[in-house]
Amino acid sequence: MPGAIHAEGLVKTFGDVRALDGVDLDVPEGTVLGLLGPNGAGKTTAVRCLTTLLRPDSGHATVAGIDVVKHPNQVRRSIGLSGQFAAVDEYLTGRENLQMVGELYQMKAKAAKARAAELLERFHLADAGDRTAKTYSGGMRRRLDLAAALVVSPPVMFMDEPTTGLDPRNRQELWDVIQELVAGGTTLLLTTQYLEEADHLAHDICVVDHGRVIARGTADELKARTGGERVEVVVHDRAHLASGAEILAAFGKGGQVTTEQHTRRLTVPVTGGAKLLAEVIRELDARGIEIDDIGLRRPTLDDVFLSLTGHRAEEEKKDEAGPEAEDSPKDTKETSK
Amino acid sequence: MSTVSQAAEARVPAVSGGFGSAVRDCLVVARRNLVRMVRIPEVLIFGMIQPVMFVVLFTYVFGGSIQVGGSLSTSAYREFLMAGIFAQTVTFATAGAGAGIAEDMHKGLIDRFRSLPMARGAVLTGRTLADLVQTALTLVVLAGVALLVGWRVHTNAGKVLLGFLLLLLLGYAFSWIGALIGLTVRTPEAATSGGLIWLFPLTFISNAFVDANKMPTFLRHIAEWNPFSTTVQACRELFGNLPPGYRTPDAWPMQHPVLASVLWSLVILVLFRTLAVRKYRKGSA
Ligand SMILES: Nc1ncnc2c1ncn2[C@@H]1O[C@H](COP(=O)(O)OP(=O)(O)OP(=O)(O)O)[C@@H](O)[C@H]1O
Ligand SMILES: [Mg+2]
Repeated sequence: MPGAIHAEGLVKTFGDVRALDGVDLDVPEGTVLGLLGPNGAGKTTAVRCLTTLLRPDSGHATVAGIDVVKHPNQVRRSIGLSGQFAAVDEYLTGRENLQMVGELYQMKAKAAKARAAELLERFHLADAGDRTAKTYSGGMRRRLDLAAALVVSPPVMFMDEPTTGLDPRNRQELWDVIQELVAGGTTLLLTTQYLEEADHLAHDICVVDHGRVIARGTADELKARTGGERVEVVVHDRAHLASGAEILAAFGKGGQVTTEQHTRRLTVPVTGGAKLLAEVIRELDARGIEIDDIGLRRPTLDDVFLSLTGHRAEEEKKDEAGPEAEDSPKDTKETSK
Repeated sequence: MSTVSQAAEARVPAVSGGFGSAVRDCLVVARRNLVRMVRIPEVLIFGMIQPVMFVVLFTYVFGGSIQVGGSLSTSAYREFLMAGIFAQTVTFATAGAGAGIAEDMHKGLIDRFRSLPMARGAVLTGRTLADLVQTALTLVVLAGVALLVGWRVHTNAGKVLLGFLLLLLLGYAFSWIGALIGLTVRTPEAATSGGLIWLFPLTFISNAFVDANKMPTFLRHIAEWNPFSTTVQACRELFGNLPPGYRTPDAWPMQHPVLASVLWSLVILVLFRTLAVRKYRKGSA
């Protein structure tokens, strides 16, 4: 039985760019899939194809069992979408925005009003609910947009980078909202650039790059492939780099110690967590190596990329971005991230 | 699959499609655009200043030098002119609709709407209906100014009302051209200029400001068949504003201007509505 979201061989090209190059996805009902990838990977394009905003060039997709190309309007009745950029009417108040969306889902005016009030409360916008959205901060707009996606509690939700631009408190609260939704049976596809977020929220993760799924699995599986935890040490004196590396090599689980000369940083993959860290500190101290910083680091998206593609996501983009790509707004955003 | 779609029905109201809900969708979007109009009154006000300026400039600057029919009198030209300016004003709705829709595209609102289970053309219909209200308001103000500078009607209320209805129908039809432009261009600015530039030749190679009988033959033919001219001619007849000594051209639309005006407007409306709705549904694909 196909999941609540199911895609096979989705292809979408824009001129020469293959934004989606044969993507297969399956999200079982009531679970969360995290679509993880760097800028330009094709995350938004995938979301737009699945939410009927774009027609794929080829391939097949169903949402809630309904074909997205053949019956788009039926699909729209079952989905909520929060796009990458907040889509709110700046000249309407927060309340009016939500009420309008409710009415366009065919809710009665009164019900739409009540629902709007409820959502404003839930997203901490009640105080600002009667101000025009023009006066909202970026994070407030983001929350209003997410609220709009939740107006009818649709069974299948799509969120494109929902926490980008939120402060830590609001990010945590959004995570809580998402977990509540999923506990209530909602199926969710969410895109993110942060492994931490996917780790926290998603049952399954698909790593995409250049329009292809290059890895899939649970967060733990991906981390295992990435090599798990690492110990990072910054030595005080550059002269101690070599001896420090020797010590770390003894603790590493066979992995190579990487040395960064200019930052005086040594890194080695480990298993054993905090206990091991204490041993490393003792050993370094015993050998008289003064350290500026030491820590246990968890894998980041960059590490996942490093292990999956053999190069870092950022570097790879720089190599490939032509002068044309550098002018596009997508890439401007990318460098500022 | 069945579990999911049942869940969908439990939560999303079950009404689907139907004429009633389509009308409601249009009205919800129209109301949204009218609320915006009230909150950004500059747009409405600037939209009124230009035609008012035209009324005043044409009346006082060209008034005595443009001959219409057999008359060179200022008052004959003043009465002749107003239908032309009214018609030109309603076609400016093109730029309003175009800019509004281009801005909604730009801000991602069209994506939001397109992800909702709405009636096909509701976003565009709602927008054009709101523009129709704006056009009607502008016409009321403009007619007031015209009366102030000496414009008069010489027929009955029914005919005058019919004249204004023809103007509104023309404006509504043109706002669909704007909708298509708005969906096609990338920025609201481009939609505004794209909605206006072609209006100038269209309105000037017509009987709006001068007596088309006095144009060179080639231009005269264009002017006589110009959809815009038919509405102008119809209004002049309905308002009793044809100057003394005016000879009605033999071209069919000039002989039957009311019918021709309705036909032209309907053709434009149906054609551009079809194209715009199709474009909207295809989206950026
Ligand atoms: N409408 C479009 N026209 C042309 N190219 C497009 C269009 N939309 C996307 N692309 C291209 O398709 C590729 C994938 O874009 P997409 O927006 O899906 O990436 P993304 O993973 O969402 O990136 P980000 O993290 O920056 O949001 C990019 O190279 C992008 O430039
Ligand atoms: Mg994106």
